[in-house]
Amino acid sequence: MIKFANVSKTYSGGQIALQKVNFEVKAGEMAFLTGHSGAGKSTILKLISLMERPSVGEVFINGHDLNQLRRKDIPYVRRDIGMIFQSHQLLMDRTVFDNVALPLVIEGYSRKHIVRRVSAALELVGLRNKQELSPKTLSGGEQQRVGIARAIVNNPPLLLADEPTGNLDPKLSLEIFHLFEQLNNRGMSIFIATHDLGLIARMKHRTLTLNQGRMIEDALQEDMFGVTTKLPGDMR
Amino acid sequence: MSLLFHGRETTPKVRKQSLWQRIRGGFTNHIRQILASLGELWRTPLASIMTIAVLGLSITLPSTLYILVKNSSQVTAGWGQAGEISLYLKEQTTLEQANGTLLSVRLMTEIADVELITAEQALLDFEAQSGLTNTLSYLDENPLPHVLVVTPKREHLAPTAAEHLLERLERLTHVDFGKLDIEWLKRLTAILSIASDIVWIIALLLCISVVLIIGNTIRLNILNQREEIIVMKLVGATDNFIRFPFLYTGIWYGLLGGLMAWFLVVFILWWIQSGIEALAELYQADFVLSGLDLTALTVILGLAVMLGLLGSYISVQKHIKEIEPK
Ligand SMILES: Nc1ncnc2c1ncn2[C@@H]1O[C@H](COP(=O)(O)OP(=O)(O)OP(=O)(O)O)[C@@H](O)[C@H]1O
Ligand SMILES: [Mg+2]
Repeated sequence: MIKFANVSKTYSGGQIALQKVNFEVKAGEMAFLTGHSGAGKSTILKLISLMERPSVGEVFINGHDLNQLRRKDIPYVRRDIGMIFQSHQLLMDRTVFDNVALPLVIEGYSRKHIVRRVSAALELVGLRNKQELSPKTLSGGEQQRVGIARAIVNNPPLLLADEPTGNLDPKLSLEIFHLFEQLNNRGMSIFIATHDLGLIARMKHRTLTLNQGRMIEDALQEDMFGVTTKLPGDMR
Repeated sequence: MSLLFHGRETTPKVRKQSLWQRIRGGFTNHIRQILASLGELWRTPLASIMTIAVLGLSITLPSTLYILVKNSSQVTAGWGQAGEISLYLKEQTTLEQANGTLLSVRLMTEIADVELITAEQALLDFEAQSGLTNTLSYLDENPLPHVLVVTPKREHLAPTAAEHLLERLERLTHVDFGKLDIEWLKRLTAILSIASDIVWIIALLLCISVVLIIGNTIRLNILNQREEIIVMKLVGATDNFIRFPFLYTGIWYGLLGGLMAWFLVVFILWWIQSGIEALAELYQADFVLSGLDLTALTVILGLAVMLGLLGSYISVQKHIKEIEPK
């Protein structure tokens, strides 16, 4: 699903964000990406969602070499990636419903289909009753959930999340993570950048750790006591 | 939950929409965007009205002038066709000689019609028109000459051709001189042609400024919606999807501005109609202002829409690509 081959990223200002990163996330997998602030987590997600291009190396999404992708195909690749952003990226002058509906509207679905899907997505994040409100009037956590609903509304094969629980209380964070697990159980590949180590520890999933732009660990989180087991090399 | 996963492929892969899905989706989107862009104008009524007014007024001026110039050339063309040459015969010419000249003129191929107005008849006409009766009794003799009123064929009515014909007629034996009142016609034609050039230049300049104004308005719209454009690109909107609402906005500006121009032109022409008719009456022409037909409406609307579209197209081409999520 996602494959990074020897990827380095240096921003135009000269900041080195990633150095020779190699990893692979298989279809149907759920994996965490963690590391200190500034380690390069967001950069990895931006490379996947085509907001940035690698300076060196290749990024593959579903076998597509993103370096080879023509500009006009970018939107179609993005439609298959649900993205949840650190900053929610909601349209404040539209209702919650319209925000969530956006990916479907862009694909030109019928109104009926849109209403059904948006309602289901909002139901899932518990905001069904707020669909006519503006995101402005919602709390940070609620806005985050609107973003989640929008990311999953067209049922993408891959879901990316950058600090999806940054603004949520622990209980809600756990709920959201369980939601991700549910989605994963239905076959959605999920890749979450977070530094909420407590939450990662509670969930037994593969965790990739970055430090200063280098991938330093790729391990399966075995239990809640911080004991990690390195994955065999062929699973990386 | 289950609904949300309805229709998902078992092996997730990058889905490309089929051609049919793209066409259908594209069509739905266009209808939505056409209506949405109109709604967008409605949301900022004042700004929209100003832009539409600029467009409407800019088109009104050249349209009105154009219709006026076109009408005057039609009228003068009509005058040219009614043009006659008056041949004044020499003083001593007898009635027989006059009739002889009449015959030889009638034989010329360039001539459509010729009529002899004898000196006596001319005097009677003069008396009737002036109200002075028995003029002859005060005069020793009739001072008026016989006159041949010559109507050339249509193709000899253009100013130069008519002048050539006049020269030939003047060489006839009993003809004293001929009169073709053509100078003023030539002058008028020249003035009208200059006027029409000026109208075209004004129209061109105004059209350019309309394109620039619309372009700038659309540019501001695009910049205002920067955040929105970024979010839409992030969730997979194509450049075209983002582009079209702005193009439709341009078209709406054009359409509404064009309608406004049409109504203004109708109003202005109605306003000056009576003045023009009074003027035309001075030249004893039956004159009805024409040009306000369906063709003119189509041309005005078409032009306005083209300008709106062009302005927005230039803006959209330039600015939408530049806005990329970072
Ligand atoms: N647009 C940019 N231009 C220049 N440098 C950048 C840009 N974005 C990120 N960087 C730099 O790249 C490095 C990695 O940033 P990144 O945002 O990927 O970190 P992160 O792991 O997501 O951090 P955080 O946990 O704080 O979100 C940082 O040193 C940052 O300064
Ligand atoms: Mg980050």
